[in-house]
Amino acid sequence: MGVRLVHITKVFPDPHHPGKEVVAVRDVSIDVKEGEFVTFLGPSGCGKTTTLRIISGFEYPTEGEVWISGKRVNDDPPNKRDTSMVFQSYAIFPHLSVAQNIGFGLELKGLPKETIRAETERIMEVMNLTNLANRRPDQLSGGQQQRVALARAIVNKPSVLLFDEPLSNLDAKLREQMRLEIRRIQKTFGITSIYVTHDQGEAMTVSDRIVVMNEGKVMQIGTPFEIYSRPANRFVADFIGRVNFFEGSVTGRSEQGISVRFSNGIEREVGSCSTDFHPGERVLVVVRPESLKLYSKDSTLAGSNYNGRYEGSTVQSRSNSGQPFLEGKIDKVVYLGSVCEYEIDAGLEKPVLAVTHNPIEEGFFQPGELVGMDFNAVSAHALPLS
Amino acid sequence: MGFSIGALFGEECMVSSSRWGREVRLLWGDPLLFIVVLFVLTSLILFILYPLALVVATSFKTPEGFGLTIFLEVLKSRYLLQGFWNSIMMSILTAVGGSLIGFLFAYTLSRTEVPFKKLFHVIAIIPVVSPPFIGAMSIIMLFGNNGLITYSLLGINNYPIYGFRGLLFAQLLTFFPIAYITLRGVLESISPTLEDAAMDLGGSRWQVFRKVTLPLSIPGIASAMLVLFIETMADFGNPLILAGSQFPILSVQAYLQITGMFDLPTGSALALLLLVPSVTAYILQKYWVSRKQYITITGKPTASVIKSVHPVAQWVLFGLCLFVVFLILLVYLTILWGAFANVWGTDNSLTLKHFQYVFGVGFRAVLDTLTISGISTPLSGILGMVIAFLVVRKQFPGKQFMEFTSMLSFAVPGTVIGIGYILAFNSPPLVLTGTLAILLLNFIYRYIPVGIQSGIAILRQIDPAIEEAAIDLGADAKKTFLRVTLPLMVPAFFSGLIFAFVRAMTAISAAIFLVSSHWNLMTVQIMSQVESGRLGAASAFSVILVALILVAIFVIRAILLYRYGRMGGKLLNI
Repeated sequence: MGVRLVHITKVFPDPHHPGKEVVAVRDVSIDVKEGEFVTFLGPSGCGKTTTLRIISGFEYPTEGEVWISGKRVNDDPPNKRDTSMVFQSYAIFPHLSVAQNIGFGLELKGLPKETIRAETERIMEVMNLTNLANRRPDQLSGGQQQRVALARAIVNKPSVLLFDEPLSNLDAKLREQMRLEIRRIQKTFGITSIYVTHDQGEAMTVSDRIVVMNEGKVMQIGTPFEIYSRPANRFVADFIGRVNFFEGSVTGRSEQGISVRFSNGIEREVGSCSTDFHPGERVLVVVRPESLKLYSKDSTLAGSNYNGRYEGSTVQSRSNSGQPFLEGKIDKVVYLGSVCEYEIDAGLEKPVLAVTHNPIEEGFFQPGELVGMDFNAVSAHALPLS
Repeated sequence: MGFSIGALFGEECMVSSSRWGREVRLLWGDPLLFIVVLFVLTSLILFILYPLALVVATSFKTPEGFGLTIFLEVLKSRYLLQGFWNSIMMSILTAVGGSLIGFLFAYTLSRTEVPFKKLFHVIAIIPVVSPPFIGAMSIIMLFGNNGLITYSLLGINNYPIYGFRGLLFAQLLTFFPIAYITLRGVLESISPTLEDAAMDLGGSRWQVFRKVTLPLSIPGIASAMLVLFIETMADFGNPLILAGSQFPILSVQAYLQITGMFDLPTGSALALLLLVPSVTAYILQKYWVSRKQYITITGKPTASVIKSVHPVAQWVLFGLCLFVVFLILLVYLTILWGAFANVWGTDNSLTLKHFQYVFGVGFRAVLDTLTISGISTPLSGILGMVIAFLVVRKQFPGKQFMEFTSMLSFAVPGTVIGIGYILAFNSPPLVLTGTLAILLLNFIYRYIPVGIQSGIAILRQIDPAIEEAAIDLGADAKKTFLRVTLPLMVPAFFSGLIFAFVRAMTAISAAIFLVSSHWNLMTVQIMSQVESGRLGAASAFSVILVALILVAIFVIRAILLYRYGRMGGKLLNI
C-alpha cells in the first residue's frame, strides 16, 4: 500500500516578487512500496522538503493526489494522517520530559496510562533511552535528542515515517552512526519510510530507492546502484559523486553495448546507455574517477613511489593498438590514506579525475608523472548530449 | 489615521485574490479560529478604532456638517498653537537627550568593568516601575517655592522651576530608562567578537567605537528616540504639575478644554493634533527603523574579555552615570521623605499622618486601583497572547489590520483615547460612563501591546516545528495550543504581565477622563493632592503605589520561579 504521489505540483506566491509565483514541486509522481525506505535527494531548494510536507499534510498540493495506505488523503490535516515525522530541529517539546515527549502521541489517542507507560518503556529500551526517561530536553546531547525524536515518531506505529534532514545538526561521526541506527530501527519495525536529505552519502547508506530532485522535478528514481552507475541525465551524474564526462559519437552497436568514437579519435565500447542510441548520435560518456585505470607512461619516474603494478597488464586494453584512451600529466595528488585522488591534465577543458586504491600496497603517482588512462566498458555509461 | 489604514488595505489588495480566497476558506474550515478572529477584530474596532474615529469626526464637526472651522480657530489661538509647538519641542529634546543618557548607561553597563553595575541597573529601572509624574512632584519639592534645595538650602524664593527647564529635567529623568533598556538590548546583541575583530585589524578603541559599535547601534538609537518622542508627546502627569501657564503643553490643554471649559470639539481637535505626530513616529518606528536593525551573524559565541574601553574613558563614563544615579535617588528619596514629613519645606519633622490619611479617607482609591489593575491586567495579557499567536502563527484575512490596530494603542496618547472613550461611551448605544467597565475596557485595550510584544517575542523563539510535531502526532489546533504552545508561552505571559500591571497601576492620562465618584484611582488622587498643595499626602500615596507595584512584581516573579524555576530561562534555548 505505502505512499503514492500522483502528479503533485505545488505553487507558492513568490515572497520576493509579490504577485508572481514560484513552482516548488513540478509534476512529481512516485509509488513507495510498503516497508520500503525511499530518500528524496537534491540540492537545497529542489522541492524535496516541500514534497515531504505535502505527504505529512503541512502543505496542500496545488495539483495532484496524495495516497497513504490506499486512502486518498489530500484533504486530511496532518493530525488525521497516519504519518509520523522526525523534524530537522527534532522539535522536542521543551516543557516535557523525555518519557512525556515519547508518550505524547499515545496520550492524544486517549490510550490508558498503563499502555502508554508500557509502550514508552519498550521503545525507550530499543532506542537506549531508558536511563534518560526523566531528563528535560535541555539536558540531552544532540544525538540523544535525535533518538528521542525518532522514538516519539515510532511509538505511534505510524504506517509512514517521515524524516526531514534529521541528521543535519549532528557532527560527522555521530551522523554516520545514526544513519545506520535509523536503518536498523526501520528494518526492525518494517515501517514505510520517506527520508529527505541533501547528503548523498546518507542517501546511499539508508535507502532502498533514491529520488533525485532538482528545481522541483524528479530527475531519476532508482536504487543507489542505479543512481550512481546508471544516471539518467547529466544532472544526476554530476550531483551524485564525482564524475568525468567525455564527449563522443556513436559508431555502432557492439557486444557489450555501443561503440563510441571520442573527440580524440579513439574508439571504445560503452556498457550502458540511458536511452537507445543510433549510430551518428552525439553522446556524453560518464566515467567515475575510480573506474579510470591509470598506468605509467613515464619509465624514468617509475622507481620513485611507483611499484609498476599498473603496467599495461592490469588495464584490459581492448583498443587494437594498445594505445591508451587518454594520456596526461598528473597535476594534483591528494593522499587520503585509503585512496589517492588525482587531477590529471589531459589537454581537455577540465582536468580528468581519477582515484587509485590501497596506496600502501599499490603505490601512487607523483605530480608531473605522465600516465595513460583507460576504462572498462562495464563502468562507462552514455547519456544524450543535450 | 485614515491614511495608514488605507495603506494597509492597499497592501492586502496587492496580494493575489487566490490567496485571499484560500485564507477565507481556511477560516471557514476552522470554526474556532473564525470565532476568535471575529471576536478580536470586532472588539479592536469597537474599543480602539471607534473612539479614535469619533475624536477625528468631532474635531471636524461644524454646525453645517464637516469642516475645518475648529482647526482654524485653534490655529488662530496663539496660546493653543504654542502648546502644540512646545509639545513637539519638548518631545524632540527628551528623545535626543533621553537616548543620549540611555546610551551612556547602556554602554557603561554593558561594555565596561566599573563597580556597582547591578545597583546602577536597578536604580535606572526605578522610574519605569513608578508613576511617571513622580519626577515632577519631586522637582517641585526640591526646587519649588518651599523647595528643599532652593528655599531651605539656598534661601531662594520663587525659583522659576515651572516651565521649560523643570519639565525637561523631569521628562529626561522619567523616560531615559526606556532608552536605556532598549539600547542595552541592542548593545548586548552586538557580538563582542566584532569589536575584537576591529581591534585586531588595528583599530584604536575610539575607532572601534566610532566605526563598529556606534554604527551598529544607530538603528537602536533611532528606535529609542522615536519611542521617547511618543512617550513624551503622550505624557500628561509631568506637564500638568510642572508646565505652568507660561509653557502650555498640548495634552494638558486638551484635558483642560474638556474638563475646564466643557469644549469637546476643541478638546478633540487638540487631541487630533496630539495624535498625528505620535502615530507618525510610531509608523516610522515600526515600518522603517525596525527593519533597519542589524542582525549580527555570529559563529560560536565567545566570552570576550571586556577591554574595548580605555580605563580613563571608563571612569569618566562611570562618573556621568553616578551623577544620573544620584539625581534619581534624590528624586525618589525626596518623595519618601515627603511622605513622612509633617509639612514639607516648613516643618520636616517625621509623622505618619499622611499614611493614616491614605489608609483612611484615601483607601477607597487604593482598593479601586488594585481591583481595576488586578482584573484588567490578566485579561489584557491573555488577549495580547491570543493576538500574538494569531499574528505569528495563523493566516487569515485582516491579519495585518489586526496587528496594526492592536499595536496602535501604544502610539495613541492616553489623552486622545480618554477623550475618545468619553465621546464613544457617554451616550447610547453603549453608556458606560462612571462604571467599572469603562475603566476596565480602557485598560485592557490600552495595554494589549505589552502582551502582544512579549507574546510575539516568545513565539518567534518557539520553533514552529514544535507545534507541527504536536499536530503530526495527532493533536488538533485546540490541543496543540493548550498542550504545547500555551505552556511554552506562560513564562512570557507572566513577565508581560509585570509591565502591563505597572502601566495600569501608574496610568493617568486616559484614566483621568474616566474616573468617577464610584471608581477612582490612586494616580488621580495623587494629582488632585498635588494640585491642592498637599504634597505630603501625594507622597504617601506615591510611596504606597510604588510599594504595591514592587510587591506585585515580587509575587509574579516568585510564582514564575516556583513553577518554572527548574527550566527557568533555559526553556527557550532549545
